[in-house]
Amino acid sequence: MGLLTRSRVKSPWILHYCTGGCNGCDIEILACLTPLYDVERFGILNIGNPKHADLLIVTGPVNWKSEQVLKNLYEQMPEPKLVMAVGACACSGGVFHNCYNTLGGIDKVIPVDIYVRGCAARPEAIIDGVVGALNKLAES
Amino acid sequence: MTVTDVLVAVAALIAAPPAGGFLVGVDRKITARLQGRMGPPLTQPFYDFFKLLSKTRVVAARGNMVWAWSYLLLTMTAFTLFFLGQDLVVIFLILAFAGAALAYGAFSVRSPYSHFGAQRELIQMLSYEPILLLTAAAVALQTGKFTVSGVLTWDEPLLPALPLAFAALLIALGIKMRKSPFDIAASEHAHQELVRGVYTEYSGRYLALIHLAHWYELVLILAFVALFWAQPLWIGALAALAVFLLELFIDNLAARLRWSWMVAVCWGLGIGFILLNMVLLQWLA
Repeated sequence: MGLLTRSRVKSPWILHYCTGGCNGCDIEILACLTPLYDVERFGILNIGNPKHADLLIVTGPVNWKSEQVLKNLYEQMPEPKLVMAVGACACSGGVFHNCYNTLGGIDKVIPVDIYVRGCAARPEAIIDGVVGALNKLAES
Repeated sequence: MTVTDVLVAVAALIAAPPAGGFLVGVDRKITARLQGRMGPPLTQPFYDFFKLLSKTRVVAARGNMVWAWSYLLLTMTAFTLFFLGQDLVVIFLILAFAGAALAYGAFSVRSPYSHFGAQRELIQMLSYEPILLLTAAAVALQTGKFTVSGVLTWDEPLLPALPLAFAALLIALGIKMRKSPFDIAASEHAHQELVRGVYTEYSGRYLALIHLAHWYELVLILAFVALFWAQPLWIGALAALAVFLLELFIDNLAARLRWSWMVAVCWGLGIGFILLNMVLLQWLA
């Protein structure tokens, strides 16, 4: 693994966006940053700015209001970028499946690299998902 | 200026990025330990730097990238002049232009967060610039010279003569390091009202340049702190390290405060301390 790839794998900065879910997964994502899970030891920072982010973590089923915002955020991120769908809603619509106001999953709007299941997804599962995404980055 | 001076300056230019990056790594580790976390490895700032270099270029405005380069090059100019033993006032004014370049770059993009951060960056400069310049004046009052080499050849440490100016310098150091309670223009972690403040619109390799410039700036300011005990210089280096660690503790103890409070502290306490120090120095002499 070259220096640049290694640096990419060692320093994933996260942008976290909720497209209209119940906020359960969002709380679990933020729990990853607490001393108990401390993802900063892997160099992961919650950077809150699409122009600096490498990994877009999306929760919720995407409703008509948040579709354009999600596209904007995705397009503002510089390559190489990864997208992670967290929770049942983000993967397939979850309890909002077939609702008239939702699109039913992140992959209806932007390409998704890795799916994390669960309602709500556990912090351990989210960390596993990030590791999976980074493996994908290391292989590319 | 001799060949040795030039060699020292070149060596410092080469050694500063690894040293500055290492200090930032220590900063992140200690901050994590103070919060009961493990923290990233010490090499983390270098991973961040190389990752940012490898990202694709996304430029929102041409001025943005020109000013990012200016920020780096002006900071390196100030840094080189310092290690060549040149005039402190010139060094601080070039450093001020570097800081302004960062703000102008943020102004060149039409983003409210970036403008917000740039305005605050200028307010920060309004706060710490008088402290740095007046400290240089206080140093000149004691040693009779404005130059760094003048301080190095002065035969006794400055700190016993200028304790209040040193205390004021600590406030300026906190602002320069972007530490709480003075992290007003841009915070280390971005989930606050500013997003990333003045850094918001710099991305990829331009953010990497800014990180590099920040490492130079950090080493430069710590070297200036070390000048306060230049006989022998290793005590000064230890003092600079102690001040750096003290700054980390203050960062973790304090909350972010309002810009008006920062200006009041700098203009009241900071400038007050230095002027008092200068008056006492003249009165005792």
